[in-house]
Formats: sequence, C-alpha cells, structure tokens
Amino acid sequence: MTEYGVVLFYTTSSAMRAEKLLAREDYTVKLIPVPRQFSSDCGIALRFDWHQHEQVRSALDEAHVEVDAMHHL
Amino acid sequence: MIYLDSAATSWPKPPEVLKAMVGVLERAGGNPGRSGHQLSIEAARVMYDAREDIARFFNSGDPMRIIFTNNATHAINIVLKGLLKPGDRVVTSSMEHNAVMRPLRSLEERGLILDVVPCASDGSLDVSDIATAININARLVVINHASNVAGTISPVAEVASIAHRAGVLFLVDAAQTAGVLPIDVKAFGIDFLAFTGHKGLQGPPGIDGLVIGDHVDTSQIEPLVQGGTGSQSELEEQPEHLPDKFESGTPNIVGIAGLRAGINWVKERGVEAVRAQEKELTGALIAGLSDIAGVKVYGTHDPEKSVAIVSFTAAGRRVSEIGLRLDEDYCILTRVGLHCAPAAHRTIGTFPGGTVRLAPGAFTTMDDIKEAVSAIEKVVRS
Repeated sequence: MTEYGVVLFYTTSSAMRAEKLLAREDYTVKLIPVPRQFSSDCGIALRFDWHQHEQVRSALDEAHVEVDAMHHL
Repeated sequence: MIYLDSAATSWPKPPEVLKAMVGVLERAGGNPGRSGHQLSIEAARVMYDAREDIARFFNSGDPMRIIFTNNATHAINIVLKGLLKPGDRVVTSSMEHNAVMRPLRSLEERGLILDVVPCASDGSLDVSDIATAININARLVVINHASNVAGTISPVAEVASIAHRAGVLFLVDAAQTAGVLPIDVKAFGIDFLAFTGHKGLQGPPGIDGLVIGDHVDTSQIEPLVQGGTGSQSELEEQPEHLPDKFESGTPNIVGIAGLRAGINWVKERGVEAVRAQEKELTGALIAGLSDIAGVKVYGTHDPEKSVAIVSFTAAGRRVSEIGLRLDEDYCILTRVGLHCAPAAHRTIGTFPGGTVRLAPGAFTTMDDIKEAVSAIEKVVRS
C-alpha cells in the first residue's frame, strides 16, 4: 500500500502551481481536501507518495512555491 | 451593423471566448478553492492557468501577483485607496479618466496632495513636466497608457524610468492598450498595471485585473475588500498572502475562462498584427474625417502616436444628435459625450459639449471605416 504525504499551502493558487509543476516532472500527485487532523488552512492540499518527500520538497523550494507544512499521512 | 465603440467594450467577441465561458460552467462549475471536490479543483486550475497566461502576456513575473478584479476601475482603486495616506503627494496627468480622477479627488478631500500635470491640446504629455512634479517628494505617479478620449499614447517607459530614479511608485491605467500595444511590465519598469479584460484582450465584461510588480512590497497596501478567500479559514483577519489578500469573495470564474481564451486569441493573432491593422484603420478614419468640411478631429492626427480612438466634433451640430443619427439611420454605433473623462475633454478643448468617439476594434474592416466616413459626411451635411 502506498504511503502518502500531504503538502499544505497558504493559498489555493500555490496548490495549483505545485500540482502543475510536480505533474510536469512526473510525480504522482493529487489535490485533496485538507485532512482535518492537520490544519484548516487553504481548503486544498496536495497528496504525494511519501517516499518522494525529499524530492517533492526540493522541487517546490526550487520553484519558490510557498509551502505552509508537509505531513506524513 | 458597424460597431465603433471598442473603447467602451469590444464587440463581437471571438467565438473561442464564448465557448470557453460555456465550457467552464459545464466541466468546472465549482467554486475555486472553496471546496476540495473535483469541480472546485478544476475551477481553481482554470483560474491559476489564467494567472500564468496573464503574467506571461505582460511579462510581469510571479503569477501570484495577478489580481482579478471586476473592472480596471476596481484595480485602480485597490492601489490608490490601499496605498495612499493623507499627506502623500500623487502626480497624474490632465488626460485621466474618472476611474483615476474620482478616487484621487476623493482622497484629496482627506488630505492627499494632488498634482495634475497639464497635457497639450492633442493629449500628449511632456515627460519633463512629470519629472519636475515627481521631484517634489511624490509617493505615486499614475497615468493612462493611452487616452480614452483622444487615443494619444503616453510615454510610459520614460515615465517609469523617471519614477524609479526618484524612488516613486508607478501605476499605469492600461484600459485602452492591453492587447493592442505591447506591454512589458519588467522592461518598462511598471509597479502596478491596471488592465481591462473586455476591450483589447477580447474577454467578456466584468473581468479585469491588477498586475503587481515582483519587487513591490504589498504589506504597505491595505485591501479594499476583505472576506473569504478559501484559505487560512481559521483566521478572522485578512491573510497577507497573494493573490488572496486582494481577492475576497467568489471569483468570476466564467469571466476568467473567457478572458483567458481572449488573451490566447490575441497571442495567436499577435499584438503587432492587431496594432498594424488598427493603425491602418485609424489613419483612414482621421484622413476621411479631416476631409469633411466643418469637422474637427482631435488628438495627434498620427496613428503612430495613437491607439484606435478618434474623437471629432462638427461645427453647429450637437454630438448627441450625430450619434443618434448614425445609430438610427446607418446602424453605426459610436459613443458621444464626455466619455467619463471631463479632465481630458477640458484639455483638448471640448468640455462640456464633448465629442463623437469612434473606436474600431480587432474585427473592424476598411470597408466599415469607408462606410462610416461616408455616413458621417451625410449626417454632418444634412
């Protein structure tokens, strides 16, 4: 079973930007409602394969996408 | 029908625009960013893609700094009302639309110091007059990129460089130029660009925007409207993050989809090609009108120095009567009067009577222009 992580953002636009960027680089990502155990920030979070969390983090940093938090699901 | 009112709103719209508007309701009808379901996410994608396209179109940089507004007036108000404090000095020109003048006059009553630099009677602005005014400790310069009355193009790149040397912020009202003149926010050095989506950019009315330059510190700007953004919902205070800080309430996703299709239509056709056609039509219009006895054409009389906006009056005839006859007898649609720009009409010498304004658009043909000139000649002579 895939282990997932989620990225939380301050704005919906950042979530959209992250999805577009990561999908282009062939990461398997999906936008989902923010899991309530984490935060009530932007309504949409980005789910990814937790095994890639370091690469996801650095891809978002490199593109200057503002990230609120990253969690293991 | 000959539609010569593209300076108010362009018509007809490219079919792609209508298709995109219907399409977004069919496949992305959710409220962007408000809910996590697929229709909401798809709507948010449409909105984000539009930001990217607009940022690329104006070469402004960060797509998060594209703020969608209801109209260019709204975009201008965000900057003027959000940034300026009593005691600040603002430099503007005598050719401005009321979208700029009214908020500035209102702020002036509350202590703003306003310096209106006079333009020549052809609507042209002398850059050195702006330079002189700026040097007296100004906070902001705001001018139009082209006049909605005379069509005269302002030297925005020169004004931007003067403003930057003096450490003054620069707001451009691009209502009449977005989509018809090249605009490069970075190369020109524009801090704020208020643009209209439903004129040269071919989008529907009700969707326009504000482009904020990458280096502008937005913490100094109070949002005009506060409310729900779909983000940081635990806070009762407005978030600082862009674009949310300036975009409260459900956005006009249908308009945004239409605007995006309009911009892509303009990109495909090429701003240079649109401009070349408009110059040709404007030249023919100026030449044709100038040959009619008793007709006076305003502005620079030079299509190189003007967008496709031509204002005229006819000796002994009221502009309202000319406009009505053109509409009723010839099905030629124009706009007469003061065009929400009393300062501009004072500058060119047509206040309070106003002018008849002819504004061809991307779908106007040379035959339309010939027919319009011939109709105007008959109306003026009769």
